[in-house]
Amino acid sequence: MSESHAHPNYVKIWYWLLILLAISVAGPMLEIPWFTVMTAFGIAVIKTFMVAANFMHLKFEKKIIWYLLIMCVAFLGVFFFGVAADIMNTSGQQWKDCINDNTCIEQRL
Amino acid sequence: MSTHGPIATHRTATGIPTGRLAVWWLLASEIFIFGGLIMCFLLFKFNNAPGFEDASMTSTAAGAFNTFVLLTSSLTIVLAHAASERGDTSASFRYIWFTIGGGLVFMLVKTYEYSTKILLGHTLTDNIFWSFYYTATGLHALHVFGGMVIMAIISFDVRKNYNLQRVELIGIYWHFVDIIWIFLFPILYIANF
Repeated sequence: MSESHAHPNYVKIWYWLLILLAISVAGPMLEIPWFTVMTAFGIAVIKTFMVAANFMHLKFEKKIIWYLLIMCVAFLGVFFFGVAADIMNTSGQQWKDCINDNTCIEQRL
Repeated sequence: MSTHGPIATHRTATGIPTGRLAVWWLLASEIFIFGGLIMCFLLFKFNNAPGFEDASMTSTAAGAFNTFVLLTSSLTIVLAHAASERGDTSASFRYIWFTIGGGLVFMLVKTYEYSTKILLGHTLTDNIFWSFYYTATGLHALHVFGGMVIMAIISFDVRKNYNLQRVELIGIYWHFVDIIWIFLFPILYIANF
C-alpha cells in the first residue's frame, strides 16, 4: 500500500510537459545545431525530472531509491567514457575500422 | 485501500513496500538496457559512422504525436492511481483503460512508421542508424505492449476492489516507459545534429 501524501496537480504538470514538447519540436526549425541539441536533450532531461518527481512520486520516495537510480546513471557514464576511449581510437595495426567502411553489420551476419 | 494478495505487495523491510521496491529494482536494470543502447548510439554518432544522416528520414510529426500520446497516457495512469487511493475503483478502472488506449494508439503509429520505412527499403540491416532505430524502438514497443497486458489484467482486479496497490506499481513502470521515449524521441527524430 502506498503511504498517503498530497497529490500534485497532475493536469498542470501535463500542460507543462506539452509546452516543453512543443519547444523541443520547434527548436530544430531555427536550424542552429547547438540550439537544436540544447532544446532536444536539455528539455528531455527536464521532462524526465518532471515525470519522475511528480508522476512517479520520486519526490515523496525514500532517499535509497534516489541513490539506486543515480548509481545506475553514474555507471552508464563509466561505461560511456570507458568505451569511448577505445571506440574513438581507430589508428594502429590491429584496428579494422568497420564503422567507417560500413562493414560492421556484414561481419556479424 | 484493499491490501489482500501476496504479502510482498504490502510488507516492508526498508520503509518502502516490497512490491514497489521490486519495481524500482526492475527499472534500475532497465536503465542499463536502454541506457546502454543509447550510449552505444552516441558513441557511433560521435565517431561519425556512416548512415546517421538517415535520421532526417524519420517523421518528426509521428514521433511528436507519439510523445504526446505517451505523456497523456502517463497522466491517465497517475490519475488512475489517485482514484484508487480515493477508493473510486470505477474511475481508476476507466483511467487504466484510457492508458491502454493510449498504448494502442502509440503501437498503431509505430506500425505505420515501420511499414512506411520498410517499404522504402530501410530495414534492420540497412545501416547502423536503422539497426539502432529498429532495435531501440522495437524493444521499447515490446515494453509498451507488456505494460498494456499487465494493466488489462490489473484493471479487472481493481474493478473488484482487489490489489489496488498494483495500480501504483504499473504506473511507475509506465512512466519509465514514457521516460525512455522522451530520450528516444530527440535522438531518433529531432536532433539530426
